[in-house]
Amino acid sequence: MKLTPDDVARIAGLARLEVTPEESLAVQPQLEAIFGLLDQLAAVDTTGVAPLAHPQECFAPLREDRVTEGDQRELLQSVAPAVEDGLYLVPKVIE
Amino acid sequence: MGGPLDTVAGLARQLAAREVSSVEVTRAALDRIAALDHALNAFVNVDGDGALAAAAAADAARARGGAGPLAGVPIAHKDVLMTAGLPTTCASRMLATFVAPYDAHVVARLKDAGTVLVGKTNMDEFAMGSSNENSHFGAVRNPWQPACVPGGSSGGSAAAVAARLVPAATGTDTGGSIRQPASYTGVTGLKPTYGRCSRYGLVAFASSLDTPGVFARTAEDCALLLGAMAGPDARDSTSVDRPVDDYAGSLAARPADPSRPLAGLRVGLPAEFFGDGVDGEVARAVDAAVGELRRLGAQTVDVALPRVGLSVPVYYVIAPAEASSNLSRFDGVRYGHRAAEYRDLADMYRRTRAEGFGAEVRRRILIGTYVLSHGYYDAYYLKAQKVRRLIADDFRAAFGRCDVIAGPTAPTAAFRLGDKADDPVQMYLNDIFTIGANLAGLPAMSIPCGFTGDGRPIGLQLHAPAFAEARLLTVAHRFQQATDWHARAPALPPA
Repeated sequence: MKLTPDDVARIAGLARLEVTPEESLAVQPQLEAIFGLLDQLAAVDTTGVAPLAHPQECFAPLREDRVTEGDQRELLQSVAPAVEDGLYLVPKVIE
Repeated sequence: MGGPLDTVAGLARQLAAREVSSVEVTRAALDRIAALDHALNAFVNVDGDGALAAAAAADAARARGGAGPLAGVPIAHKDVLMTAGLPTTCASRMLATFVAPYDAHVVARLKDAGTVLVGKTNMDEFAMGSSNENSHFGAVRNPWQPACVPGGSSGGSAAAVAARLVPAATGTDTGGSIRQPASYTGVTGLKPTYGRCSRYGLVAFASSLDTPGVFARTAEDCALLLGAMAGPDARDSTSVDRPVDDYAGSLAARPADPSRPLAGLRVGLPAEFFGDGVDGEVARAVDAAVGELRRLGAQTVDVALPRVGLSVPVYYVIAPAEASSNLSRFDGVRYGHRAAEYRDLADMYRRTRAEGFGAEVRRRILIGTYVLSHGYYDAYYLKAQKVRRLIADDFRAAFGRCDVIAGPTAPTAAFRLGDKADDPVQMYLNDIFTIGANLAGLPAMSIPCGFTGDGRPIGLQLHAPAFAEARLLTVAHRFQQATDWHARAPALPPA
């Protein structure tokens, strides 16, 4: 599969990853080689085969509907880059 | 071997008999890490004070009576498993300063059993890699040959056990990340059935494949650790509610005919695992190991896994797809690295993630994002899930004719640092024999079975049907009772 620099930029945009032009040039042939490997799958006949998502084919069990976790806001926010008054700080998104 | 460098089973016996204290054993492990690990880089964080406090508590519990069977045994955890109050970095810049707020389920279970945590082991960043070269904290060296890789992604745990820094360590296995490094470093590695051990607190890479497991020197030790780790957990919806077998008890059972302890066992040999792609020295060692299984009474049968060759492309669609989704949580808001400079929210995400993730992680996020993107989902992700079922069906059919499946763990012994670093496709193809067990969710082990002429370890891989860990461990144990490959140690200074 051939990829263009625009393809790499589009994928990087979807992935929320900054990719520099130099990096894009380096990664493009690597991705093409990897997709060359992945494209082997196209030749496999999978007519009537159901996709397998979980190896044991079990169903998610239901648990009792009751509160099991107390307030851990302070503990969990202690690892955040920026918090104030119990809120996560992010750059302004509404003008 | 007596003393503080004994196996888990040996240490448990010595500790129970009060021949040694956990403080002595733990101090010996810490001293050995201090003396040797600067050359290996197997640990990213050593918690000496915490370990000695836990060891003293274990000694006190032993003195009171009623301590768990593993009370006082020092172990290490792969740094992808959350350890409350200790850094849990996934060997990534993204989490370089992250301190886990809670314990992973398997970490808590092993703590409850009385094990003493001495530190966290190095790994490929977010468990993505087969060489342990993709670590923010630098590559790990193979204790047998420092110019060679220890394998990955659980390379630090493998190297730590091989170098006798600790008797056992946890790992995680998504495509071979326990078995391949076990093979490369001459230790015993167990990847349990998917669902046997909870993934709660295992920082997710590929959720439908990730499996916690263990490294130790013997199958007997793996049985002891799995017995403590396994079991259902309501916090992991893929954890299977099924009784845990008595693994150590299975190993201790006396065979009817001690000269032929594997009588009645059918060992399947898939032609696909014994083809041209296998290095000659590896093939000879694995053939000799299969001969040993026959000598112990097993019969061998030819089986086929015709679509196992498609494992690599299936894996490198499914694993990056699930990774791109799982790693979207690293956005610089709730935890982890945040870029210092940015124009707006979207720019903060892009820069944070570009700075926080290493090259291989970024590459896999790009692959995963592409295969899940509009117009490609059916052609890649859905197609890969269908071929995944065909591969699982191949294993099911093969297990209709045999009890375990044997073959090499990896096509070659450990390669040199840098050899495959610039060629991701060659690196990925190295996983050809290990990925099948992850796709099918089966338990599998790597056990030492020989060396190359220049002294690099070779591993024999055994697979069993889902939840047949007791059988798998028993076969490995019988092999280790009759051979001494697992008892060989690399030439490092004694403790």
